[in-house]
Amino acid sequence: MIRVTLPPHLRKLAQVDGEVKLDVEGRVTQRSVLDALETRYPMLRGTIRDHVTQRRRAFVRFFACGEDLSHEPPDSPLPDAVTTGSQPFMIVGAIAGG
Amino acid sequence: MSGVRVLVGTRKGAFILTSDAKRERWDISGPHFAGWEIYHLKGSPADPNRLYASQTSGWFGQIIQRSDDGGKTWHQPGTPPGEPTTTPEGMPKGESNKFVYDTSAETGKPLTTHQWYDGTPHPWEFKRVWHLEPSLTDPDTVYAGVEDAALFRSTDGGQSWQELSGLRGHGSGPHWQPGAGGMCLHTILLDPKNSNRIFIAISSAGAFRTDDAGKTWQPINRGLHSLYIPNPTAEVGHCVHRIAMNRSRPGVLFMQKHWDVMRSDDAGESWHEISGDLPTDFGFAIDVHAHEPDTIYVVPIKSDSEHFPPDGKLRVYRSRTGGNEWEPLTKGLPQNDCYVNVLRDAMAIDSLDKCGIYFGTTGGQVYASADAGDSWAPIVRDLPAVVSVEVQTLP
Repeated sequence: MIRVTLPPHLRKLAQVDGEVKLDVEGRVTQRSVLDALETRYPMLRGTIRDHVTQRRRAFVRFFACGEDLSHEPPDSPLPDAVTTGSQPFMIVGAIAGG
Repeated sequence: MSGVRVLVGTRKGAFILTSDAKRERWDISGPHFAGWEIYHLKGSPADPNRLYASQTSGWFGQIIQRSDDGGKTWHQPGTPPGEPTTTPEGMPKGESNKFVYDTSAETGKPLTTHQWYDGTPHPWEFKRVWHLEPSLTDPDTVYAGVEDAALFRSTDGGQSWQELSGLRGHGSGPHWQPGAGGMCLHTILLDPKNSNRIFIAISSAGAFRTDDAGKTWQPINRGLHSLYIPNPTAEVGHCVHRIAMNRSRPGVLFMQKHWDVMRSDDAGESWHEISGDLPTDFGFAIDVHAHEPDTIYVVPIKSDSEHFPPDGKLRVYRSRTGGNEWEPLTKGLPQNDCYVNVLRDAMAIDSLDKCGIYFGTTGGQVYASADAGDSWAPIVRDLPAVVSVEVQTLP
């Protein structure tokens, strides 16, 4: 079970409270986690990754286990602690201004 | 008993203001979509319970919302309230926020570049929907004006969108340049007497018209004179802020340009200036009386760069002569220390008799006049900055 945290705007859009728990088949990567997230919550398509290019939107960041994973390749494996569900994969809105 | 529903988009959510035909007492609902920028909401003329909203965020992109019950409940098109968002096969029922420029060999145009602020080529990138214009006859057909400037159409109630690429593919596209607010298609006027004719306006490219339902377009900027571009009478490049028409006379158009208030009597083939005795001919909003096609309204704004009313006095100006002679309308509006702006999509007119005029400010006020502008009162004073105002006249 993969735990994912969403920023408030996207929790409201997906109509969820707190963390989202997902089953991810195969390797646990940014891409496979986001694919599973968007399959379960299609209203989030296009809000985290561009519809066409599938690239992370500029003001969205990814963190896990205290590390910034935003610039990691989308098919790199996520940390074991995310894979086992002991730590969440955090989707965060970047702070751009006060 | 008839009434009105005023749809207000703000920097932090949408609000719906309703009243009976007296337009004295108002019910306020909202914020809807709190925290998101709502660039525009508009109701279908064919079904007043069908509303569309553009919900957007610099962080998370574009969302399209739809209501089928006059704004009581909302959903992203393709996902009716209470139903699963996916088909049994797991596919999304709609991708209502997917706006992809058409580059197909059959119908598309090569996605070249437009000009950036410094004149260098810049790739076309979708950013947000500025304006939603529902069809006059079909509740499921709606047009979207977007940034970077292009026109999209949905014929399935907003579930999916297709670009009318003949506009962006017009030969002048590589010369279009953004205005201060971005390169946005902000005005869409559907001709009520000719279903093949649509007028649009882009900052800072100018006005365009199609006579074949969107397949091909021509610039309609002859007569515009803009000193802030290298060739003041160029075919494209003018910063048109807004165009308005009276439904009974769609060949006559009124324009608030970056500077100059203009009029065309031949569906945009040529324009002449009607700024006349306005205190400043800069502004954003312009609209036309519902029953008197030569009565027009503007809100003069001081510029360059200040973008607040001259002398701290919020005045709507009305011309009953189709332009040139203007009278200030001040009763009920602040006449000192007022430094708000009224943006291009933030004025609307109902079709009651006497017709009501509504406008919103960047200070969060929405003002209403139930007597065609003679007197004004705020419906609300303390909303987030108002981006857009529309009104529906309800049966």
